[in-house]
Amino acid sequence: MSSFERFLDTFFNATVLEKYAPAILSGVGVTVWLSILIIIAGMAFGTLLACLRAYRFKPLSFFIVIYADIFRALPPLVMILLIFFGLPSVGITLSSFMVLFVVLALILSAFAEEILWAGITSIEKGQWEAGRSTGLGFTQTLIFVVLPQAMRLAIPPLTNRAIAITKMTALGTVIGVPDILNQASTAQSFSGNASPLMLAAVAYVVLFLPFVILSRWLENRYFWRKA
Amino acid sequence: MDKLIEQFFDVEVMVAVLPTIIQGMWMTLAICAVVIPMGLFGGLFAALGMLSKHRWLRWSMIIFVDFFRAIPPLVLLIFVYAGLPFAGLRISPFTAVAFAFLLNNSAYYGEIFRAGIQSIGFGQSEAARSTGLNASQTMTYVVLPQATRNVLPDLISNTVEVVKLTSLASVVSLGEMLYAADMARSITYNASPLVLVALIYLAALWPLVRLVSHFERRIAH
Repeated sequence: MSSFERFLDTFFNATVLEKYAPAILSGVGVTVWLSILIIIAGMAFGTLLACLRAYRFKPLSFFIVIYADIFRALPPLVMILLIFFGLPSVGITLSSFMVLFVVLALILSAFAEEILWAGITSIEKGQWEAGRSTGLGFTQTLIFVVLPQAMRLAIPPLTNRAIAITKMTALGTVIGVPDILNQASTAQSFSGNASPLMLAAVAYVVLFLPFVILSRWLENRYFWRKA
Repeated sequence: MDKLIEQFFDVEVMVAVLPTIIQGMWMTLAICAVVIPMGLFGGLFAALGMLSKHRWLRWSMIIFVDFFRAIPPLVLLIFVYAGLPFAGLRISPFTAVAFAFLLNNSAYYGEIFRAGIQSIGFGQSEAARSTGLNASQTMTYVVLPQATRNVLPDLISNTVEVVKLTSLASVVSLGEMLYAADMARSITYNASPLVLVALIYLAALWPLVRLVSHFERRIAH
């Protein structure tokens, strides 16, 4: 066998690929489903927190800031292990899927809150005043005037952050979530061949590359030059 | 409630495992000391490549950066650590971590440096060139210092992410802080070692997270 043939046999072995493709495909389903749930829950909760902070009620804002800081400073894997192995001993048992979903959704909400809050504070006071002067209440001004503009500023960083955090679904492998990486490493150890890992890498690139390219495009499109 | 405290905040357990955790902390610091400078340098080169006049270099760098931004770091790490030995390359966990993170970090730092360099008006380069500086001097002494200052918040925030990422090294059994804590957890049947590590990360990274928020607010106003 020439070295090129050996390379092909190791990383692109057709027999191995065919055998384990269905398992990896089921992993793709898990990864996609988790990612969608994390983005919906994380964005919704993060937006809610940023809006609550806009009321500038000191004690509440204080807790929101602490929450956002903690979830931005802790490594996700530390939190995943902490919750997965810690909670059962106090009588709360969550599935590994649930643990991964909760941790990553909370992390995304912390980042989304900070990004949206930066967006909200960058909206000029005149926008608030104009909204209020047309007879809108504070909450109405926030939702219909300020938030849409803040969202627009926040879209590029939010997209980047959402990609970074949904990619972390691969960490679920460590606690046994049957995602792409988990299926691939199991297949790799059964087959003694690196092709499943190659297939997993390809699957991730196919899944995430369109969003990475989208984020590049959004960054150019929504870049508001400041005078 | 007592059970909760016993499971997560058992001071006796924390004190007992502290020496192991500190040993792990040295490894975490060693990884950071290797991975952060390498990522910054790699990123700088990636950025210069992305802005190159030569079309093939520009496009190959953009593809490099987007590719490694699309692959989860853990997938990359496991691919390097478990996949490369099949190709006859035996590498230590530390080398695997350093190599995988070099690729991942260069892509992320590269995007940041590119944005920074592009934020500097072309007039700056023209002015520098007209004083007799050549292209690389202009980049080093005029463009890069201003570009770095413009993207400093992003550089710090990405560095926080890199430090957090070093915890993935525990998956390939590199004895860093999280690995030490998880070993201690499985021996003591208690989650307090993990809480201790979480507190150490928090103490180290919270000031940086605050700093980034502070920068962002100053830019917003």
